Amino acid sequence: MLASKCIAGIFLFALLGSSVQAQTASDDIAKYREMLADGNPSELFEGAGEELWSKPAGPKAKSFEACDLGLGPGVVDGAFAQLPRYFKDSDRVQDLDSRLVTCMVNLQGIDRNEILADAFGKGHRKDLEALAAYVVTHSKGMKINPPMTHPKEKALYALGQKAFYYRGGPMDFACASCHGSADKRIRLQDLADITTPSGAQSAWGTWPAYRVSSGEFWTMQRRLSDCFRQQRFPAPQYVSEVTIALSMFMAANAKGGSVQTPGLKR
Amino acid sequence: MKTLILTSSMALVSGLMVYPVQAQDAGVKNLMTSSFQSIGIASVDRLDQDETQKACSQLKNGKPQIDSKLQSQIEKNNLKTVVYPADANYLGQWREGEKVAQSGKGSTWTDKSDDVNGGSCYNCHQMDKKEISYGNIGPSLYNYGKLRGTDEAVVKYTWAKLYNAKAFNACSAMPRFGHFKLLTENQLRDLMALLLDPQSPVNQ
Repeated sequence: MLASKCIAGIFLFALLGSSVQAQTASDDIAKYREMLADGNPSELFEGAGEELWSKPAGPKAKSFEACDLGLGPGVVDGAFAQLPRYFKDSDRVQDLDSRLVTCMVNLQGIDRNEILADAFGKGHRKDLEALAAYVVTHSKGMKINPPMTHPKEKALYALGQKAFYYRGGPMDFACASCHGSADKRIRLQDLADITTPSGAQSAWGTWPAYRVSSGEFWTMQRRLSDCFRQQRFPAPQYVSEVTIALSMFMAANAKGGSVQTPGLKR
Repeated sequence: MKTLILTSSMALVSGLMVYPVQAQDAGVKNLMTSSFQSIGIASVDRLDQDETQKACSQLKNGKPQIDSKLQSQIEKNNLKTVVYPADANYLGQWREGEKVAQSGKGSTWTDKSDDVNGGSCYNCHQMDKKEISYGNIGPSLYNYGKLRGTDEAVVKYTWAKLYNAKAFNACSAMPRFGHFKLLTENQLRDLMALLLDPQSPVNQ
């Protein structure tokens, strides 16, 4: 039996009544995205995130309205487009997730370890994902523009590049095994070549995204975690340095492209 | 300065030859070890690189680059790990091989240690022409046996390639299925039949 791994792919084909051919798979998925463009289910998460942003919560009963995402306290418009970036108060380069964690801890007084212990889609993590959906929507259509001027940003980019090519585990895989050259596929799934501007733009520019196959909203943190799972690596901790380094690598390679988030993925 | 580090994870997985490795690139190694945690069978010692993984992760001007001398040394070392079937029985059942080729399961942190691994062949290769859901990271293997025949050299090469792909291309994207015990000897035999048996759909 020619069972395909691409269950979602079959779903898409059935939906579109299309002939099943490798070369047309990505065209059909593009059509499906177009059909849903006005009704991306991520809007539900975005709406929840908008509420959470202004709702007092945590031991300090504070909202996110004083949260500085890099453009000043409370500024959401365009904030995601310039991440990851260096933050003086934490003395770290941070992506959106890690910055939202900083605000949740510092403003609301929620225990950082509690946040890190949650699973994706659960507890505080679920709130952070909704907040991310809200924030990224306010950069939609803007240029991807991480500053890449601070020495720590440049250093983290260089580390991210090394992490991208770091081979290990029982299958010898690195990120680059799948995402380091042009026009590659796993089964019928097209793979972005993250080493090129256009490839990095198609990857970085379309996450976070609503995933049809899981019915959930995934930020890049969750996307990377599942990449490493399939790479047969151990699990990257939430907002750990490697996830931010790889995000810096992707975002800087994608510079000048368009923020197309929230995306819609199989 | 050269420091010898024994890669314990690889020793456990392979039960075979363990390579001495030079000191890791401290920056990226620290980044990795400080960022990951063990879950289930996917423990953090999977981050310890053996000689092959380390050499194939080195960058020059932002791209992996390996010195040609080191490359051939690594290929030689990997070739030495290949264990050929003691009974010289190389060919199993192609129908079973097709199942192994189809399955991409195994060895992730959501798998159990006794779960059977798949070969993930179709993830990267075209094989049976009727399976249209195939990847292209590796070359097409359609008509593999028909094009090459089945003399002893082809049979032994194919076994060695499946067993340890790095024996022929140090930085190949292909996993070392025998060397790291990802597939059993019987699974390898079945894949051999899928590739080489004249009755296999691969050779139609």
